[in-house]
Amino acid sequence: MSVVVEQVTRRFSPGGSPAVSDVSFHAPTGAITSLLGPSGAGKSTLLRLIAGLEAPDAGRVHIDGVDCTRQPVQQRGVGVVFQSYALFRHMTVRENIAFGLEVRRLPRAETEARVDEMLRLVQLEALGHRYPGQLSGGQRQRVAFARALAIRPRVLLLDEPFGALDTRVREELREWLHALHSRTGLTTLLVTHDQEEALEISQHVVVMSEGRVAQAGAPEDIYNHPASPFVASFIGGASVLRGRVQAGKAEVGSLALDVPAAAREGEAVHAFVRPHDIKLARHEVSTPGPQPVTGRVARLKAVGGFVKVLLALPSGDEITVQVSRSEFDALGLTEGDAVRADVLSASVFVGDYAI
Amino acid sequence: MFAPSTPMARRQARTLGGSPLLRWALIAVALVFLGVFLFVPLVAVFTFAFQKGSAGYLAAVSHPEARSAILLTLTAAGIAVPLNLVFGLAAAWLLSRFRFPGRALLLTLIDLPFSVSPVIAGLIFVLLFGRQGWLGPWLAEWDLHVIFAVPGIVLATVFITLPFVVREVLPVMQAQGSDEEEAALTLGAGGWRTFLRVTLPKVKWGVLYGVILCNARAMGEFGAVSVVSGHVRGVTTTLPLHAEILYNEYDFTGAFAVASLLTLLALVTLVLKKYVEWRSEAS
Repeated sequence: MSVVVEQVTRRFSPGGSPAVSDVSFHAPTGAITSLLGPSGAGKSTLLRLIAGLEAPDAGRVHIDGVDCTRQPVQQRGVGVVFQSYALFRHMTVRENIAFGLEVRRLPRAETEARVDEMLRLVQLEALGHRYPGQLSGGQRQRVAFARALAIRPRVLLLDEPFGALDTRVREELREWLHALHSRTGLTTLLVTHDQEEALEISQHVVVMSEGRVAQAGAPEDIYNHPASPFVASFIGGASVLRGRVQAGKAEVGSLALDVPAAAREGEAVHAFVRPHDIKLARHEVSTPGPQPVTGRVARLKAVGGFVKVLLALPSGDEITVQVSRSEFDALGLTEGDAVRADVLSASVFVGDYAI
Repeated sequence: MFAPSTPMARRQARTLGGSPLLRWALIAVALVFLGVFLFVPLVAVFTFAFQKGSAGYLAAVSHPEARSAILLTLTAAGIAVPLNLVFGLAAAWLLSRFRFPGRALLLTLIDLPFSVSPVIAGLIFVLLFGRQGWLGPWLAEWDLHVIFAVPGIVLATVFITLPFVVREVLPVMQAQGSDEEEAALTLGAGGWRTFLRVTLPKVKWGVLYGVILCNARAMGEFGAVSVVSGHVRGVTTTLPLHAEILYNEYDFTGAFAVASLLTLLALVTLVLKKYVEWRSEAS
């Protein structure tokens, strides 16, 4: 039950910039595919186009190898879970779950049995007779899953399903979704702006930006080999260091990094460095080897088990470095200290760009 | 924690609510105003109506002309309310779900019956359907009577009460969005089932509220109906018109007896309105 999207474009106002622009991607059968991007990237619109809640201006959508671009939403056999839950507020949990089955004119006994099965699946057996207003956010979203799964959809489409929940419930439900998916093996598309969510539970990630696909691939590939400056800066909270190509190397501050082969001498270079790919040391300690980047501690932010160090570089760039609490204590840093920063790895892009 | 906060709360109440003297003065003004303009007239209506005892009251409201006025009022409301219910639901759905050219114009037009004087509204129908009106000759050819006849009264009532249901349902539909409808579609429901099972239950209290207000106005309308009625006794007089005729003939007991029926309608409307408000807040 794979989903294939081919060169799909959707424009909300004629002449305006498209919400989704010439997008193609493939969501493999039985996998969770994440559509990841900042708000306004067009990922929700894309999901609605696949569901049939929007019609594309151009392009085709295939589900299970069949072109369903012109098929009405009712016939696509997709289960959709919305961020707002969209539960029928005047119906009980059982009635909500049974709605899609009544539409399909399932015999009453079968409907009841399926509702029971779904309630067990989402662990809400005891709450079948409650109204949505009497449930917590996490419970409501589980009812929405049960309602979408009850119709035995071919594909499960999730539009920021955990976006309205607090962090703890979100992480719980993420685990729950992962377990649910391993049990059902349903082809799933997950729209999210939370990269942790996308990288953690999906087997395939499509990064979107401004209505286009920025990069698609396995989570590790996207994390380790970002294809563009946008992906490099969006994933992993990387800081940017600016420099120029000199003698076949990217001169970034006092640092020389490898550059792609096609780079011309004197071209602008941007190096993206993840917060945990930098090792800090006190400036006095001198070590042999390539000259490190030096900077001044501009700000310290203690976040639970680690400390975020904001480093102001002589070039005017600022980088964020993540240090474990014990490492931080050993360094004994305070704001204003001069430090050296060894870059362990960086993604280097040649040419001008704007995020 | 509690003790120190109390003087602050008191101080806050004083800054927000003014001095006790001012507060009582305002309450007194409001009560006197309500008493003079609402309570005294209410009492007066029933006092005058029962001036000749309950026999006189019953005679006045069961007079054939009064009975025909009651029937006509019920007929006009019975046609206007369902029509405006259907129109109101359709228009509210259209206006809340779609952006289309002419949407602002439609919204303005829907408010027209509120902004135009009812007498002008009546005259519009006279100019359209009267003997000298645009459609007059054509109607005469087919021997159809609109003005100074029951159809004219129904038309005027429909026009006057047109905005009530739309105006109540539209904000409710806008506030609730269309997420639930979209969910119903993805579950396989068609448009009609989605409307009946999802949209209508969501807005039912708004609809009921609009219907109650629409009905009250339909039964109580005077100006527009008066212009198109022609005051043919026992044929084209609604309850408000009948009360006026009796009053002009110095039959005060009869006029107030008929008026008391309209007053009862108003009281029932108020109670229903409060009940619907209470239920819609509860749900």
